[in-house]
Amino acid sequence: MAMNMNLYSRGDKIFALATAVLIGLFTVATLYPFIYIAAVSFSGGFAAAAGKVVLTPVDGTLAAYKYILSEPKFWRSYLNTFIYTIGGTMMSMLIIIPAAYALSRPQLIGRRFWNLFVAFTLWFNAGLIPFFLNMRDLNLLDSYFGIIIAFAVNAFNIILLRNFFESLPNSFEEAARMDGANDFQILWKVYIPLSKPAIATITLFCIVSRWNGFFWAMVLLQSEEKVPLQVYLRHTIASLSDDQEFTATLSSQPYGPESVTAAIIICSIIPVLIIYPFIQKYFEKGILLGGVKE
Amino acid sequence: MESSQRKHAAAEGSSVRPKRSLKHRLVWLVDHLKNEWQLYVMLAPAIIWFLVFLYKPMYGLQIAFKDYSIFLGVKDSPWVGWEHFQTLFSNDQFIRAFLNTIKISALNLLFGFPAPIILALLFNEILNATYKRTAQTIVYLPHFISSVIIAGIVTTAFAPTAGIVNTVMGWFGLDSIYFLTRPEWFRPIFVGTGIWQEAGFGSIVFLAAIAGVNPSLYESAVVDGASRWQMIWKITLPSIMPTIIIMLIIRIGNIMEVSFEMIILLYQPSTYSTADVVNTWVYRQGLQSGQYDVAAAAGLFNAIVAFVLVMVANTLARRYGRTSLW
Repeated sequence: MAMNMNLYSRGDKIFALATAVLIGLFTVATLYPFIYIAAVSFSGGFAAAAGKVVLTPVDGTLAAYKYILSEPKFWRSYLNTFIYTIGGTMMSMLIIIPAAYALSRPQLIGRRFWNLFVAFTLWFNAGLIPFFLNMRDLNLLDSYFGIIIAFAVNAFNIILLRNFFESLPNSFEEAARMDGANDFQILWKVYIPLSKPAIATITLFCIVSRWNGFFWAMVLLQSEEKVPLQVYLRHTIASLSDDQEFTATLSSQPYGPESVTAAIIICSIIPVLIIYPFIQKYFEKGILLGGVKE
Repeated sequence: MESSQRKHAAAEGSSVRPKRSLKHRLVWLVDHLKNEWQLYVMLAPAIIWFLVFLYKPMYGLQIAFKDYSIFLGVKDSPWVGWEHFQTLFSNDQFIRAFLNTIKISALNLLFGFPAPIILALLFNEILNATYKRTAQTIVYLPHFISSVIIAGIVTTAFAPTAGIVNTVMGWFGLDSIYFLTRPEWFRPIFVGTGIWQEAGFGSIVFLAAIAGVNPSLYESAVVDGASRWQMIWKITLPSIMPTIIIMLIIRIGNIMEVSFEMIILLYQPSTYSTADVVNTWVYRQGLQSGQYDVAAAAGLFNAIVAFVLVMVANTLARRYGRTSLW
């Protein structure tokens, strides 16, 4: 490319500049809302309520963070999110990896049927109501275990990993069998080490979807001490904008509902930002792995 | 070593299925299970999970045709035939929700589909690797942020007095608008938020397609004195057209899939007229008001329409691209 640079006409240079500017604008537009929220979170209550915050904090204060970090419910929900994320991701891997391996073996009887059995759930879904009633019948409402198990598997992840296992050359398996390895050993000692990028991709997708999970946690959990961060966040945002009384208690403080909302948003984004570099390392490959064949 | 070799030979032998008598087949099956039982142990947890959490609810869908009573349960509630469907199709709110689903999806398609393609084409023109990498890192990020947070940001930014949008409008002397209570603003905000959140991540597929274009095409175009603009139109776009068409077919197939979680977070009674979609209606009718049977009927109707669309789209995509995505 560098060699071609000299061959670029003046028009091309203007074109290159224009694309760089457009990409820059889109990037800034993506980033700006986060900067704005961060600025609001560090701003004083009056400035935030009056709409004076644009780019940097106005009447800078840590009051909103002090308020939120001293709230036991916030920490409880944070802990719950960790429980759901770690427990849920481990449960997912425990079910998905062996299943994907089994489905990738040509000697499995009924392989086509089982693949269809899995893939069908991508195309047809019973919907919210039967799923909810089923959870109730299983006695899994308002339960940590219910949330962890009910969202452990999805067909897409199994298919993605199965495709990856299928793409590995047979010679590895044959060599392991020569050494007397059984299927558990082959999966554990050969396939899992060879599939680290694919497994990492799925693990990270599981972690992110668990961390962000909201709707079913809101529907299925009734006890306040069991709700994850996202549900707590939602309740707080809703009560800040609706509950006059709560808002009134805040207005006598150096922080306002806007800065408290913003502070909670920032606190819940931080863990995502921490694992984001790892996610980025894998997802570009991962997303392309999935889209190959049935 | 010797025994393992024999075992290996046996495993290989068992993968060829005999087509002889029942007895032979049984012997073969016993032999196969003896050697390969571990595979079935590995598969079992997933099969049980699918049966309990996804297939059992499909059995529960029969309440769409029943007068569901919590005390009688799914199996023993009395049948009512198509009654709930008749109720649905004479219910203005349900019909509105169904039409809204299609309208919102159509807007998403019209504005949301070209965005990642344009973005990918622009990224491809960036020569500075660091600049490109940094920009990509940033624009992929919103995909990984939860809908609660995105909705929180939208609510804060579009708030009547405190929000940045109204602040900026104030600079130009425009009157403040309480956007999230206005039905005419719901769809632009929803679709715009979707583009902001997903366009970057969506560009990955198209960037991969662009990376697969034969470089010699560009080289000969340079020799012929083509400009970058011409190369986009004459080489890049035609080369990635198969990917674009397949992605488009799949998007159309998923037209009944609207991110209702985001709608639940952003809508309110005053914007139901433009924001309410089938799944949000099902949520209110079923999970909030306890009309499980009618809501399940609405969900079933939605699922069947979606299923037919996805199947048609898959067939078209397969015929078009020979490889279907799933």
